[in-house]
Amino acid sequence: MKTNDIILQTATKVVLFLIILFSIHIFFAGHYTPGGGFVGGLLTSGAIVLLLLAFDMKTVSKILPVNYIHMIAVGLLFAIGTGAGALLFNVPFLTHAFGHVDLPILGDTSLHTATLFDLGVFLVVVGVTMTIIQTIGEDE
Amino acid sequence: MINFLILPILIPLVTGVLLIFAAKRIMLQRWIAGISSVIAIILSALLVQKVRVDGIQTLDVSSWEAPFGITLVSDMMSALLVLTTSIIAFLCLIYSFWSIGEAREKFYYYAAFNFLIVGVNGAFTTGDIFNLFVFFEVMLMASYVLLVLGGKKAQLRESIKYILVNVISSALFVIAVAYLYSVVGTLNMAHISVRISEASQGNPPGIITVIAVLFLIVFGLKGAIFPLYFWMPGSYYAPPAPVLALFGALLTKVGVYSITRTYTLFFYHDTGFTHQLLSFLAIMSIIAGVIGAIAYWDIKKIIIYNIIIAVGAILFGVSAMTTDSLTGSIFYLIHDMIIKAALFLLAGIIIAIAGTSNLHKISGLIKRYPGLGWTFFIAALALAGIPPLSGFVGKLLIIKGGFEAEHYWGAGIVLMSSLLVLFSIMKIFINGFWGTPRAYKGEDKVPVGKMMIAPVILVVIAVFYGAGSEYVYPYILQAAETLANPEIYIEAVLKEY
Repeated sequence: MKTNDIILQTATKVVLFLIILFSIHIFFAGHYTPGGGFVGGLLTSGAIVLLLLAFDMKTVSKILPVNYIHMIAVGLLFAIGTGAGALLFNVPFLTHAFGHVDLPILGDTSLHTATLFDLGVFLVVVGVTMTIIQTIGEDE
Repeated sequence: MINFLILPILIPLVTGVLLIFAAKRIMLQRWIAGISSVIAIILSALLVQKVRVDGIQTLDVSSWEAPFGITLVSDMMSALLVLTTSIIAFLCLIYSFWSIGEAREKFYYYAAFNFLIVGVNGAFTTGDIFNLFVFFEVMLMASYVLLVLGGKKAQLRESIKYILVNVISSALFVIAVAYLYSVVGTLNMAHISVRISEASQGNPPGIITVIAVLFLIVFGLKGAIFPLYFWMPGSYYAPPAPVLALFGALLTKVGVYSITRTYTLFFYHDTGFTHQLLSFLAIMSIIAGVIGAIAYWDIKKIIIYNIIIAVGAILFGVSAMTTDSLTGSIFYLIHDMIIKAALFLLAGIIIAIAGTSNLHKISGLIKRYPGLGWTFFIAALALAGIPPLSGFVGKLLIIKGGFEAEHYWGAGIVLMSSLLVLFSIMKIFINGFWGTPRAYKGEDKVPVGKMMIAPVILVVIAVFYGAGSEYVYPYILQAAETLANPEIYIEAVLKEY
């Protein structure tokens, strides 16, 4: 039976970007308020899952030709690298650094190495969720 | 360098991640994994020497001071165990090159292997009870992968059992930690020890004893003590030899280490109950293990039941709580890690040649494989503790400590068990290596010479560990003194205390 999912597909094309924008917002919000790499990652993978539901696996892998297992590894490298950076300065592992920087457009911005760590978490969460969902999806 | 003690955890972690990228290129994977584990051995040997010279090493991760952040602590016991783990990991790795098969190598075998080592080394090093749980989980996740990789029917069946048991015990672990936290209000192990001592002036509160028993159940499930070993003979039977050697040599020992750590650092106030219980369970483990080891006619099963006997002997030494018996326990713990790895790898070769692990269907191997036969023979003698091999000193000290603590019948059973261990392992030697040689299908394809490298090195280490025990003894004694006197550990972690 051919299902008519034109409403879902049209809505997805708009909602997808809203979800991803919101996930980026949540990701950066995690710096001082609730949020962070984990929920941000879950939201992003939620967006990709919506794409999978509306279209099919072939289309999605054409749009996003990403090897999610490599994505996990890249995320882990970010997280470990942030921690191991402390070794270069001879301070305990995972010690973070932060400071205020004057950026051209954004003005006075506080930068924190924890964001890099969180980016690693973000990538791992997206990678793991998508690997699980793809593996289950392939079984059919 | 301030971060020195984290390197044996960090190196396999980075290696594991890099190996994910190289998944399809087998030779590259082998080189990366091999070189990184050699570096890990060198660094952990340097760490042992550093602890020997400068005393206990601590690292307040993320610069949060103890007891508020997570502290990693390398005392002599943990440094020695990390060194042993690194050596066994390297040897199991090179054994895998010729035995694990291309299919597994392409499916993240080496990555999972390295993550397992991260978990084991982390569990040995951490000084925070919740962080211990985290490293247990890292180790277990990797072990699930290694157990199920290959997807044979027996593997899938045993994986379900194994995962179920471990999920339940992990849940209990969190519950136990939560109980402990609600009573003492801290997670730092040194600080927990201080708080329990303060609460136990004169008479320890009953809740502490309850928590002690809860921890015994949790770690007993991982460490396979009586009556919680039921899952082990089946689950360890399923995976291939190098994975089995890793599990048998390392995973149960992490449980044993955790019992030793918690029962010497936290729960040493109500020894009349907790340590009596521990000694009873240890003796029952020895008896149950001996019965299994004698009853079975299957090479793998016999050696797996010997793990339970060893766990019993080590924990009996811990329960006696004298410096002698603790020295013996640590001595025997390291001996058992080395010799179990050697035996499982040798058993793997026998099974690869014969195509079966049933002793009734194997005989006369010594005609064609004399090297294999005699290596197995020496390993068997070392396991049983024939002097001057490595099992002897440890068992002697455990029994001596048992007599000092007036556990006469317990020490007697440990003594008797050696004889039956010898019998069970000689059964493999007599039935498998003597008798009329048979022709086995496909035995010419087995690269016996290359596979022999790792077990031969392990047996040589075991021989030197026993014969050179005079040189090893000061290190072990230092480790035991820290266990016997918790103040040393507490002072190193909390400094101002």
